[in-house]
Amino acid sequence: MSAGIAAAAPAREFAAGFARDRIALAALAVLALLFAAALAAPWLAPQDPYDLAGLDILDARLPPGSAAAAGHSYWLGSDDQGRDMWSAILHGLRISLGVGLLSTALALGIGLAVGLVSARAGGWIDALVMRLVDLQLSFPSILVALILLALTGQGIDRIIAALVVVQWAYYARTVRGAALVELRREYVDAAVCAGYGEARILFRHVLPNVLPPLIVVATVQVAHAIALEATLSFLGLGLPITEPSLGLLIANGYNYLLAGHYWISLFPGLALLLTIMAINLVGDRLRDVLNPRLQ
Amino acid sequence: MLSFALRRLAQSAATLFVMSLLVFAGVYAIGNPADILVNPQADQAEIARLTAQLGLDLPLWRQYLVFLRGAFGGDLGSSFVAGVPAITLILERLPATLELALLAMLIAVALGVPLGLLAGLKPKSWTGRAIMAGSILGFSLPTFWVGLMLILLFSVQLGWLPTTGRGPTTELFGVPVSFLSWEGLRHLILPAVNLALFKLALLIRLVRAGTREAMLQDYVRYARAKGIAERDVLRVHVLPNILIPVVTVAGLEFGSLVAFAVVTETVFAWPGMGKLLIDSIGLLDRPVIVAYLLVTVCLFILINLAVDLLYAALDPRVRPGIAR
Repeated sequence: MSAGIAAAAPAREFAAGFARDRIALAALAVLALLFAAALAAPWLAPQDPYDLAGLDILDARLPPGSAAAAGHSYWLGSDDQGRDMWSAILHGLRISLGVGLLSTALALGIGLAVGLVSARAGGWIDALVMRLVDLQLSFPSILVALILLALTGQGIDRIIAALVVVQWAYYARTVRGAALVELRREYVDAAVCAGYGEARILFRHVLPNVLPPLIVVATVQVAHAIALEATLSFLGLGLPITEPSLGLLIANGYNYLLAGHYWISLFPGLALLLTIMAINLVGDRLRDVLNPRLQ
Repeated sequence: MLSFALRRLAQSAATLFVMSLLVFAGVYAIGNPADILVNPQADQAEIARLTAQLGLDLPLWRQYLVFLRGAFGGDLGSSFVAGVPAITLILERLPATLELALLAMLIAVALGVPLGLLAGLKPKSWTGRAIMAGSILGFSLPTFWVGLMLILLFSVQLGWLPTTGRGPTTELFGVPVSFLSWEGLRHLILPAVNLALFKLALLIRLVRAGTREAMLQDYVRYARAKGIAERDVLRVHVLPNILIPVVTVAGLEFGSLVAFAVVTETVFAWPGMGKLLIDSIGLLDRPVIVAYLLVTVCLFILINLAVDLLYAALDPRVRPGIAR
């Protein structure tokens, strides 16, 4: 009972600290809305953008606000196939957020495990892992992802794998640094004396202490992953046309931009911008609140 | 210092070797280019003949040895599509990419340092907040989408600037450049601004943080106590201290500008090596992909090496033997 109160107090303090910044609070609200919209996309969208039979080619490239042949309105216009942009954006958001979250979570998991083991093992294992991390981090993520996708081909599993590969090294390095500090603490010695196994010490005792700062990094990394996926899809190396993310919708509109059909690229881009910006603002605030030096 | 430089050089050579192996083995895994190059009516014998002619029937390690022997002589194989040496294709496109990246870096530094300084000196002011909001926006805007919107605004709607392409070039020491003619500059400006935006946002943050920290230091207080004018405090004491990390970051980020040029070049149909890479991936033109990657890896190794050596020269604490 007392433990529950002790745990709740810092959480409340943390929430209050976060809420002091109105912009960050607004960004959090926007983010929550975007998540809700992405989850509820099949029910919110007036049209199923993947059901080709439900599209009417006569409705192609209608400007925003036009009435469809079937009666409903294209509030954000329609694309070259007569696809309702509002519906396509809702479904695209679902894919973009899903890919960003899943790849970051996987990369975080792998990075944590490798970083912890590397810090504990030391010696040549540590040296080898860290040289690999150095090598990878000396090249920009877009270049590494580009090469990987050129080699493996398209597909949602391939893009998630590529995003995991470009992210894991960053976490591994951060975790290793934090774990080296933690491993010198007394509670680790105590756990060793108590006869606990290596795995238990690493994952039950050290892990919870290195996790909080990493969560902040991961928040901002989700935004990076979403932007990177959109960029790769735009270049034609990311997702296939059957699973359009926001990036692919923008790429599709590129062909009609010069003819003045701006809405096909503009609105998915705004949705992408809103998502990335909301995540960045929330991540920035989290870091400020958790950093005691700035208090 | 010399032994440090030599050891660092050996490390770079090892990196290059490992990368060449990885790149070659990886690129080999992409389909059989002969299937794409011959016309669809060709029979099996013709495909086999072309495969042999391109050296694709040899085992992987033999292909690598042939490639390595050529690479030491500066020959990375010929483009399957264009029929000319891949390295020639890449080097022809290199000036366009470098010009774009250099101008983008120039724009980012020329705007980022004063804006960051302003935001750092008055963090609570309206201007300071506006600059930071702009910086967050710059971080969040996906480069390719901004490129499209720039084309939409300045080319399609306003009609001020050309939509895509490089336009006419002028020779400078035998290298074709755009910035010497008005028409060339008009083609260059949108892609360069597009490429610069992300780095501009980064530099604003860096300079702002550096300025805020520097203003709290004792040397600033003493300089003020001595009665030095505020602008001279900034120019003589604060700015040089901020510029050290700026130079380092600008150097390190130059490589990432070259990599990100792939995106900008695709949007603006800029005839640089990034656009060539994307086209070559589509055509499975293996030698060109390998040549692009190796040239880029060399560029990166050179940049990292230069920054490391510069750092060791500037800051004795980083030199091995003293550090750690």
